[in-house]
Amino acid sequence: MNKEALIPMLGVVTDVRVDTPDVKTFRVNALEGGKCFEHLPGQCAMLSIPGVGEAMFSITSSPTNKEFMEFSIKKCGCLTNWLHQMDVGQQITIRGPYGNGFPVETELKGQDLIFIAGGIGLAPLRSVINYVRDNRANYGKIDIVYGSRSKDDLVDYPEIVDHWCQEAGINVHLTIDREQEGWDGHVGFVPNYVTELGFNPEGKVLVCGPPIMIKFVLQALDKLGFDRKQVFTTMELRMKCGVGKCGRCNIGNKYVCKDGPVFRFDQLGELPDEY
Amino acid sequence: MRRFAMDQAEAIVKSIPCAVYAPVEKDALVTYERFEDGMTLRLDVTSPDKSPKDVLFPQWENLMHFRMEGKTIEITEQQRCDEDYVIFGMRACDIKAFEVLDKVFLAEPVDTYYAARRQHGTIVALACGEPVESCFCKNFGVDPANPKADVVMWLVGDEYYCQAYTGKGEALMAAWETQEADEMPVDWAKGEIEKKYDALPFAKLNLNGFDGEHLQELFDSPKWKKLSLACLGCGSCTFSCPTCQCYDIRDYDTGHGVQRYRCWDSCMYSDFTMMAGGQSRPTQLERYRQRFMHKLVYFPANNGGMYSCVGCGRCVRKCPQNLNIVKVIKALGEDEK
Repeated sequence: MNKEALIPMLGVVTDVRVDTPDVKTFRVNALEGGKCFEHLPGQCAMLSIPGVGEAMFSITSSPTNKEFMEFSIKKCGCLTNWLHQMDVGQQITIRGPYGNGFPVETELKGQDLIFIAGGIGLAPLRSVINYVRDNRANYGKIDIVYGSRSKDDLVDYPEIVDHWCQEAGINVHLTIDREQEGWDGHVGFVPNYVTELGFNPEGKVLVCGPPIMIKFVLQALDKLGFDRKQVFTTMELRMKCGVGKCGRCNIGNKYVCKDGPVFRFDQLGELPDEY
Repeated sequence: MRRFAMDQAEAIVKSIPCAVYAPVEKDALVTYERFEDGMTLRLDVTSPDKSPKDVLFPQWENLMHFRMEGKTIEITEQQRCDEDYVIFGMRACDIKAFEVLDKVFLAEPVDTYYAARRQHGTIVALACGEPVESCFCKNFGVDPANPKADVVMWLVGDEYYCQAYTGKGEALMAAWETQEADEMPVDWAKGEIEKKYDALPFAKLNLNGFDGEHLQELFDSPKWKKLSLACLGCGSCTFSCPTCQCYDIRDYDTGHGVQRYRCWDSCMYSDFTMMAGGQSRPTQLERYRQRFMHKLVYFPANNGGMYSCVGCGRCVRKCPQNLNIVKVIKALGEDEK
């Protein structure tokens, strides 16, 4: 008999890192150690606490991490509130991987890459960033534009400062929405910062963040001369099954859970505006 | 071809050695139920209030059970269906609806709960005789005179003519008390059925342009606003529809663990796509449009042109606001595409 997709496996939380006042990053291992399953950068997994709920989360760790998976989760509802109360040793259910992932071995290979993220939108991109760092020879110059409401809301801040910022060929551009004591970096919204940075319209761009940020980042990229074929994003809609059957997450005839969540903007533009 | 007297139908149903689902009277409705002594068989009803969709895809079914102790979790899978059953007297439209459900549940990754039920069933179809006014199956490639099933029956005069088309069907029919029959009366009956169905008010709907090629155009039509204005979002159409298969997965506390179950859901409901950060279909217009775009455009675009409407007419009869797919097809079909 086929294996049933809706039946999850068990995972165990092996580390909890507090990233911001409302984001924690959870390390998850299989009960017998190692990873629950392999994945591609940009793919997702269904996590659940029985009796509380089940929801789709992007896998924020890179597939090149052979020891564990990580999920950066923002506290914003019933299930995520419960997840935020978890300690090390707590078991959860996990199933996946779901979705297509970013085309790291095809369209993105050999390209200069610009990552543009807002707030928790860094979570799915971090998987790609670390994949690219671990396969550095296959990619060109990297620019990372990352912004959040305040300096306290920047996810993965220690990793960004201690690792990403230190590596040759990676330029990190951090910004926060408003002036804040103790912050001497850039201040301003991500789309404006993208315009200020004035990127040459070359290579590929990966964008993830709140819908309003994505909208204005796209306008900024258009003005800089980028073609929509160069720009990728990852979508989030409500999901229950994760395998294109429960009928929720479609945009037109495409299911975000299996045809996405990664879309190129020219392809997304051909779908109905319902997301 | 074999035949048996009309009044023998109940005896045949009772003689079948496994579970039989058949149209019977229930709470002033006619629905497909597991047949038991004392029930009134209603093979005469062309379009029972409920299709046998729930035989394959129950309104409510357990998927797995969790036991939680401290920080640990233990999962027990729900047993899959391992019981043979027969659906008796099923009509062509509802049979076509099973083909639509197959496209969803048997596509990779196969839904094993559905697949197990599908494998254990034998379908005895009954060709339609008298259509109801709301029938429009022929528009969707359904032939009410020639259902596709393991056994097909035709009512001619006061006799059922029957023919097995599969090994399963032959095995089932072998135990029935029947007489040898001529095919001529059935051919005549089929001709009569064709004539009656071709004379129906919704017999010839214009489905030109309802395809993936015109997806954006149909989605953008200004007509959705007026069409959806009266929709209450009650979900009657989706629950009575033989092809609607949207589902929810939920948990409840059993007192000694957590039961995870699947139940029918409806794209017409306001919380269907609701997330912490808002939703993609915020008003009834988007929800209403989703249902019909899915049946007439998205589904065929993904499934080689197969519509996920079979023209059974239940939504036409059940909508408290008199909204239905026929009105949508007529309104949007008028547009030059």
